[in-house]
Amino acid sequence: MAEHGHAHAHPAAHGHVTPLGVYLAIFATLMVLTGVTVAVAYVNLGQLNIFIALGIAGFKATLVVLYFMHVAHASRLTKLFAVTGIFFLAILLGLTMIDYGSRMWVNPPALLQ
Amino acid sequence: MSDVAVHPAPGAVHGHAAHHPALQHQFQTMSQQKEAAVLGMWAFLLTEILFFGGLFLAYALYRMWYHDAFVAASTSITLSWGLINTVVLIGSSLTMALAVRAAQFSQRMATVNWLILTMVLGTAFLGIKVIEYADKFEHHHVPGPNYIWEEAGHAAAAGEAAAADAGHEVSPDAANFQLHTQIFFSLYFTMTGLHALHMIIGLGLMTVITWMAWKGRFSSEYYTPVEMSGLYWHFVDIVWIFLFPLLYLIDRAH
Repeated sequence: MAEHGHAHAHPAAHGHVTPLGVYLAIFATLMVLTGVTVAVAYVNLGQLNIFIALGIAGFKATLVVLYFMHVAHASRLTKLFAVTGIFFLAILLGLTMIDYGSRMWVNPPALLQ
Repeated sequence: MSDVAVHPAPGAVHGHAAHHPALQHQFQTMSQQKEAAVLGMWAFLLTEILFFGGLFLAYALYRMWYHDAFVAASTSITLSWGLINTVVLIGSSLTMALAVRAAQFSQRMATVNWLILTMVLGTAFLGIKVIEYADKFEHHHVPGPNYIWEEAGHAAAAGEAAAADAGHEVSPDAANFQLHTQIFFSLYFTMTGLHALHMIIGLGLMTVITWMAWKGRFSSEYYTPVEMSGLYWHFVDIVWIFLFPLLYLIDRAH
């Protein structure tokens, strides 16, 4: 039942202890990505700018969730909870944007006007 | 507050083998109790994701509809304050993670110190936010009766001068532009304000946790409150990781 199969030589009795180096590496990566996203924002890539900015933000958020929030070493049920959040957010954003984004595509038949 | 934590001798009170004073009645083991707390915290964070998600959705839709006004308004806010705050807040996430790590090693003073440093960085973030908000008030960029959008203001003033000559009305385009930039600032204040409120609540939580850590309540056996505060604080960090590019960055090159 329990998900504490991985052996660790840490003094902590419960849960995984993340090595200090991992925290520092994640922090450094987050800082570099912050610099990259600001630099890229000044390059005119048209519609791509917003997708690059959100892609970098998504990657940064994933690093925070996996390592700072310990989901990488959490139980499978906790992982499922975290993914559920993204799933419902995707429904909220995706389906609403599909609706509003496509409203000007069609010419409704005269009957509906 | 947990009443179990203040029982002098839980083994004697419960009449069975001594266990950790923080272990509540309904749990068999400390790790089962921690797992339940982690899941409960994530369930709460799921509701928070959708709570902020609705605002992100509103931002996306209005940006799609009033693109030009949003470009003008979002490039009017000062990028450097947002960038400094991003560094400060991610830094506070690191110090929070290190506070949890110190608690995992039963290092009482290190836990207290990392928590205090996290609170200092959180307060610095809010201080910079105050400077930004004050700047918006100064420029009349706060939605409401005193709102002025300069470009539209100039256009309207020019329009009024022309109207005085020819008897025409103020350009409806300029008035609409002013209205649409106001929608940007309404969303700006709602989203950053709600985020700041979460940080204030986080600072309150951390004050209690730091006090508990100071009193020696946490150890490698039991550090769940520190870890839960950490989950909350990192979530607030993630919200900002998305707010920063959406409010400050995406229109800079256009």
